[in-house]
Amino acid sequence: MAGLHKSEFKNPVVNWIDTRMPVFTMMNKEYAVFPTPKNFNYFWNFGALATVTLMVMIATGIFLAMNYTPDSTMAFDSVERIMRDVNYGWLLRYAHANGASMFFIVVYIHIFRGLYYGSYKTPRELLWMIGVVILLLMMATAFMGYVLPWGQMSFWGATVITNLFSAFPLVGNAIVTWLWGGFAVGDPTLHRFFSLHYLLPFVLVGVVFFHVIALHITGSNNPLGIDVKSPQDTLPFHPYYTIKDSVGLCVFFMVWALFVFFAPNFFGDPDNYIPANPLQTPSEIVPEWYFLPYYAILRSVPNKLGGVCMMFGSILVLFVLPWLDTSPVRSAKFRPIYRGLFWVHVLACIALGFVGAHRPEGLWVVLGRVATTYYFLHFLVLLPIIGKLERPLPLPESISRPVVPRGGGPLPGGATAKPMEKP
Amino acid sequence: MSVTAPTHGSGHPHGVDQGKRDFLKLVTGSAAVIGVGAIAWPLIDSMNPSADVLALSSVEVDLTPVPEGQGITVAWRGKPIFVRHRTAKETKEAEDVKLSELIEPQPDSDRVKPGHSQWIVVIGICTHLGCIPLGNKPTDPRGDWGGWFCPCHGSQYDTSGRVRHGPAPLNLYLPPYAFESDSKIKIG
Repeated sequence: MAGLHKSEFKNPVVNWIDTRMPVFTMMNKEYAVFPTPKNFNYFWNFGALATVTLMVMIATGIFLAMNYTPDSTMAFDSVERIMRDVNYGWLLRYAHANGASMFFIVVYIHIFRGLYYGSYKTPRELLWMIGVVILLLMMATAFMGYVLPWGQMSFWGATVITNLFSAFPLVGNAIVTWLWGGFAVGDPTLHRFFSLHYLLPFVLVGVVFFHVIALHITGSNNPLGIDVKSPQDTLPFHPYYTIKDSVGLCVFFMVWALFVFFAPNFFGDPDNYIPANPLQTPSEIVPEWYFLPYYAILRSVPNKLGGVCMMFGSILVLFVLPWLDTSPVRSAKFRPIYRGLFWVHVLACIALGFVGAHRPEGLWVVLGRVATTYYFLHFLVLLPIIGKLERPLPLPESISRPVVPRGGGPLPGGATAKPMEKP
Repeated sequence: MSVTAPTHGSGHPHGVDQGKRDFLKLVTGSAAVIGVGAIAWPLIDSMNPSADVLALSSVEVDLTPVPEGQGITVAWRGKPIFVRHRTAKETKEAEDVKLSELIEPQPDSDRVKPGHSQWIVVIGICTHLGCIPLGNKPTDPRGDWGGWFCPCHGSQYDTSGRVRHGPAPLNLYLPPYAFESDSKIKIG
């Protein structure tokens, strides 16, 4: 019997399977009895919401693909046929298109949650970096999905985004030609984008799996940012957090449904209901809202290569964030200066979003440059410095005893600036 | 592996009201199942024939160019429809068969429209495994009963499209159709 798993399940069929392939034990360990910090707030819903969104996107996408034709002469009409003739096609398409926006809303909140509560700090650096990979994959997938309806915005979005690569010296144009499979965005581009748009979500599922593995090794961070000290600090994942996640999921589905049923084109651009015309660019061309901040950074730099590098850099800088932030205290709750800077950073990102939606004229250019400067200053200069200078508030003894007796008052910096360690 | 109250924090002096808990589980579970079903149905139904496919559900056929003894094949919903102009002899043979000789007994009068007994209209798909039988053209083999012969497994049909020799178990199906005039039918 060497190598067989000793299953504790009573049901004979479950036990038989579990002995040979302990998936039931694994699910029970990782999702039922999994010890989870007991002080989560609702911001800890968003990982689960993102997972569910990914599954809904894959499900609706598979059924949309059954009716979609990735051919430059038929793509637009096939999407209109989905809207008019396919049973519930309008629902599938609107759920999928708005789902992309919902996915980014959820993931951006998830990311800012991590930034506020210091979830990227040791020992969760790898977990965070895998998350950045997920963000990049999502962006590639969303971009290619937006090209598929083959309207004017699809076509010219594809043209502009792929032309970003032409900024690279020497090989730029060769790369762009290779991406296009021709000398302009055209039929070969559409076919390959469809193929990749179908592939990447499954790659995402794989990377999400790694994200979860890493999470379950380190355990979740929590709003206090201190380590779990004892079983008194945790609750079993089921039923406590399955229920808490379900509550958030219901609210999330209501918001999603609100857009699908009452404002299905809220996030879309009317120009994308004009079939792609390779000979005419629309007068106003803006990316989807979730790309606007990056677009603003791109346009804030008065140099083609510089702008492209800054734009990619704005995400790549997240990979080294765990080492840029020198403070050992995780939660912004105990970091008065960082807490202020965090909100300035949020404001800068929102400002960049607005800048990206407007023509680069007058004050928008100034605002774009100020916000871009702050974005990089925040990560590259301020975080390394304030980690050393800031005096954190006293950390609670444990999650179970969050209140420091008698208000505490600031302890000597050296004592509190260390992360609490497990005994 | 059922999770009971946690070792801490439950603090209920009289224990757990199990009946209430079961009821809550039942209601929550049912709501989840109904929700998933409501989400799944549009996905499943999107695979059913779409409006543009259903719109192709009727065709009109002009019968004037079909001479006696010959047939034509027209497509309806992606299926072949055999429209055959029977000779008087063929019609008589079809009508005079004893029903007891048939595999699926059915009088010829049930398979043609009254007053148009020289026209037999059937779905040209063998009821065995879906091949298209031969026999619509006069040069095709028509089998021992002068109707259609399926080349896949040798099933034979008579001039009324009734199966006379296996392995097909049933007569050729009849499409819904009607005579719009003496020389025109509408299928579907």
